[in-house]
Amino acid sequence: MIDAVVQHLPAWQVVLPLLGAPICILLRRPAWAWAWTVLVTWATAACAAVLLRTTLDGGPWIYEMGGWPSPIGIVYRVDPLAAFVLLIVSGVGAVVSLYARRSLTAELQTTRHDLYYAAYLLCLAGLLGMTITGDAFNVFVFLEISSLASYVLVGLGPDRRALTAAYRYLIAGALGGTFILIGIGLAYQMTGTLNMDDLAQRLPPVSHSRTVLVSFAFITVGASLKLALWPLHHWLPNAYTYAPSVTSAFISATSTKVMVYVLARFAFGIYGEPFAFEELGLGRPLLVLALSGIYVASAVAIFQTDVKRLLAYSSVAQIGYMILGISLATPAGVAAGVLHLFNHAVTKGGMFLAVGAMAYRTGSTRLEDLRGVGRVMPVSTLAFVLGGFGLIGVPLTAGFVTKWALLEALWAEGLWPVAIAVLLSSLLAVVYVGKVVETAWFHEPSEALRARAEAPVDLLLPAWILVGLSLIFGVWGAWTTGVAREAALRLLGGA
Amino acid sequence: MDVVAHWNHWVVVVLMMTGFYVIMARSNLVKKILGLNVLQAAVILMYVTMGKVEGGTAAIYLEDPHAAHHGEAEHGDGHEDDEHHDDGGHHDAPQAHATRPVTYSNPVPHVLMLTAIVVGVATTALGLALVVRIHEAFGTIEEDDLLDLEEGGG
Amino acid sequence: MTGPTTLVLALLLPLVTSLWVALTGERRANLRDGGMVALGALLAPLLATLVPAVAAGGRPRLELVELAPGVPLVFELEPLGLVYALVAASLWPVTALYGVGYLRGHHEHHQTRFFVFFSASISAALGIAFAGNLATLFVFYEVLSLSTWPLVTHHQDEEARRAGRVYLGILMSTSIGLLLLAIVWTWSATGELAFRPGGILDGHVDDGLLPVLLGLYAFGAAKAGLMPVHRWLPNAMVAPTPVSALLHAVAVVKAGVFTILKVVIYVFGLDLLTRTGASIWLMWAAAFTILAASLVALTKDHLKERLAYSTIGQLAYIVLGAALATPDGLLGGGLHIVMHAAGKITLFFCAGAIMVATHRKKVSELVGLGRYMPWTFAAFFVGSLSVIGLPPAGGSWSKWFLGTGALQAHQPALVAVLMISSLLNIAYLMDVVGKAFFLPPPDTTVRAGYREASTLTLVPPLITAGLSLLLFLGGAQVVELLRPVVGGVP
Repeated sequence: MIDAVVQHLPAWQVVLPLLGAPICILLRRPAWAWAWTVLVTWATAACAAVLLRTTLDGGPWIYEMGGWPSPIGIVYRVDPLAAFVLLIVSGVGAVVSLYARRSLTAELQTTRHDLYYAAYLLCLAGLLGMTITGDAFNVFVFLEISSLASYVLVGLGPDRRALTAAYRYLIAGALGGTFILIGIGLAYQMTGTLNMDDLAQRLPPVSHSRTVLVSFAFITVGASLKLALWPLHHWLPNAYTYAPSVTSAFISATSTKVMVYVLARFAFGIYGEPFAFEELGLGRPLLVLALSGIYVASAVAIFQTDVKRLLAYSSVAQIGYMILGISLATPAGVAAGVLHLFNHAVTKGGMFLAVGAMAYRTGSTRLEDLRGVGRVMPVSTLAFVLGGFGLIGVPLTAGFVTKWALLEALWAEGLWPVAIAVLLSSLLAVVYVGKVVETAWFHEPSEALRARAEAPVDLLLPAWILVGLSLIFGVWGAWTTGVAREAALRLLGGA
Repeated sequence: MDVVAHWNHWVVVVLMMTGFYVIMARSNLVKKILGLNVLQAAVILMYVTMGKVEGGTAAIYLEDPHAAHHGEAEHGDGHEDDEHHDDGGHHDAPQAHATRPVTYSNPVPHVLMLTAIVVGVATTALGLALVVRIHEAFGTIEEDDLLDLEEGGG
Repeated sequence: MTGPTTLVLALLLPLVTSLWVALTGERRANLRDGGMVALGALLAPLLATLVPAVAAGGRPRLELVELAPGVPLVFELEPLGLVYALVAASLWPVTALYGVGYLRGHHEHHQTRFFVFFSASISAALGIAFAGNLATLFVFYEVLSLSTWPLVTHHQDEEARRAGRVYLGILMSTSIGLLLLAIVWTWSATGELAFRPGGILDGHVDDGLLPVLLGLYAFGAAKAGLMPVHRWLPNAMVAPTPVSALLHAVAVVKAGVFTILKVVIYVFGLDLLTRTGASIWLMWAAAFTILAASLVALTKDHLKERLAYSTIGQLAYIVLGAALATPDGLLGGGLHIVMHAAGKITLFFCAGAIMVATHRKKVSELVGLGRYMPWTFAAFFVGSLSVIGLPPAGGSWSKWFLGTGALQAHQPALVAVLMISSLLNIAYLMDVVGKAFFLPPPDTTVRAGYREASTLTLVPPLITAGLSLLLFLGGAQVVELLRPVVGGVP
């Protein structure tokens, strides 16, 4: 029995949340649907943990769906990088699911809770599928599953602007997805295969053709749109701001991360570093965009008056750090980017949950309504501040570990001016985090705010789990760095 | 002439750009979705045209044992054929089969497009549903008006 | 008890104190404060148990975790760190005692929060003292910045908020923008971050770039207050006086100069600096700061601001000692950490005592106060002697070594700078003493009938003043402890 489960673990990874979703609707009652969601997400996370253990020890796990071998069937391909991303996504999904019940009661009428949980699980399934699959077209299918579900998750926000945010997200997302579809189609046209390993074999001989060039361009632009690389990020701030707190935390910690992974997978694992970086010189443009994104988005974040919006712009900036690492196309650089996938996921996820806890009590995320909140809700505010330290890159937080790895990689390439720019960019984070801290502590809370209590423990616990992880892996950074390096080496080595 | 020979690709590109333009330039939310549909249709055409082999029939299991045998092989290496892409090329021309040669179009892109169509329909449905809700909430579906309304707060 | 265990206990003790303060809280104020002072008094004896071992050449070492591959969090105690830790540890309970009197005298709000962060910041300072590599040092350097920020902004009004911005703004931007950059550079060039006698940089960094790297360290450690990154210190004076006394005369600022000394000795190495002359520019930058800060101090009428600028000048002495890169210069620098700490904390204690007793903050308002508060001003006088560097106070030793160090480095002009600066010190410090003792009090002062401040605020300055005098006698012991650091005969 156990054996059968373990043998088909890659399938369970996706099937669990995928089939769990309709059951939510069958269960109907919010409490049952929630309990089911928690069960499914934790089981999914457990799958991912086992997969990571297995793949770190051995080679990639090629799992043939339904027993059909490639190229007829679809294969799932689990290597350390994929397993690492799977663990990030499913882990955040599991922690956030604990938070969902209480938070949703304040933001969504109870009759819709079951639908929300269904969309949540579908989104999770899509993200996991994109990560685990070894088939290029399958990436598109799962991409659309997760995207469609996440439009729903955003659109259910309490503010009516959530609707327009979801609509714009839909247009941008559909556009990005279609671009990726075009790119995959052109690659298929040149090689006659959709299997990633086969593509990686057959593309280099024909890489000089314009078709391959165009296909790679479409995939890069499509993925950049979906991962909100500056300046293609316009859909993101509103989507994160007006979505329910649960959605903001979940999507911000997972969705863009998976797209970064997809971009890395296509660039290094399929088209190959010699083509994408040496021949096309993708590195420099990406580096410039990433760095501009870090600065522009951080600067914009400083002027925001809504905490969630501020965090959203900060996310755009943080994505810049990931792309910056990847743009180096060295094992150290890619490792730094991959490392930041994890570090930023737990940090930003925890911060969104902390803001959600404040919103649960105060009903607002606007800075002017949160004046003095630090005195009324010290535990949530402290979680937010510690997360903020992570964004700045203060030592003993996960953000510092990333920054260290990134600086090391930049320096090794002789790009010390970029290293300096990265260091200075942290100061912008000091300003926007400091702004929230000052608002929270340097004002007398209003009468209305004074009447509020600290958020309930079922909101605080998940927030603190994620923030706690960012602190734990800020101290034991060598472990995450080691996994990220292993993952990057295997990806670049073509294994 | 290459330009003329690739006419099917020209159709795809023109449709693609039309859709793209509509998405970008139109203020009406429903029209944007229409633009998205045109774009998706263009992609579907692109896939279908790449799978088409001139003179090819549908890939249906035939009674002729030799042809059937041949059909199975097609699954495995049929894709490589597409390296010569759109202009078709008779797959089995070099192979001298004793029996009647059968040419059929590559079925895989068609199958893929079934999925893409489903995705497109789902996206359109969700998009239109959102437009309905936006109309209920804001009383307009013009992007410019919406931006003004959003400035004013929720 | 083994060395590493003592290190851990020493690091935990302030945190335990912090916890104690938090748990007892405002309602049991006497229990809270009594326990805090009692726990604090344990720290210095605990560290003192390590002195024999370290003096004999032992280096207690403790490796905790790896922050990143090849970058462990590691503690290793050497004489310089021990001296710095001992200074912070011995002055902490005294300041805690003083803080109790001061905050109660001022009826300050949120005393518990204040003491929680106050104790925690001591732990951060000890972390810096014990740091066994640059990464560990950087970690605790940042923790110290962040844990003292709530103290600087304690009053939570507009002024405190502004000061807090400047404080964190300068300290964070320099530490992240320059210090971390220097550390990354060092790491990339050498592949290690350990503090190693003789330095690790030789042969790894181009000689022409060494001055740049040294500059990144010197200005990156902005806690050392080298001009032009000194502005945070006068700003931080909005904090309650105990903070100014312990943190901005001892723990925080000394963390900055301690960093520079460590880097010069254990990262660059004296031989490398002497051979390449990479630190000559730093001597003059320090000399400029010494003179400029003293001149600015002369113009300040606000007593705490005057003391702040005096601190900036005195810190530059230590930076100068480091830049000289001669054995005597470094000994003088290391010694001045001790001497200046005892002297300057006395001055701040006195300034705070005057504020508690008379609510006066300006030098011009202190005229004639000496006859009402003789003990306070006597302590101020002794502290001044030490800061100026006159016998029989401890400060004379460090200035002596700095002078001979300058000669060893063949920079007689710097000796002149030191002498001019001493004259300036006399001018701005003795001015206070003179006004208080020798000018007749104006009518308003007579009518007010001032008395000495409460015992809790009076005793600490007397203790530290006595310490300054004792250090004149005990200076030789400190020198012997430090000598192995600079490669001299032990």
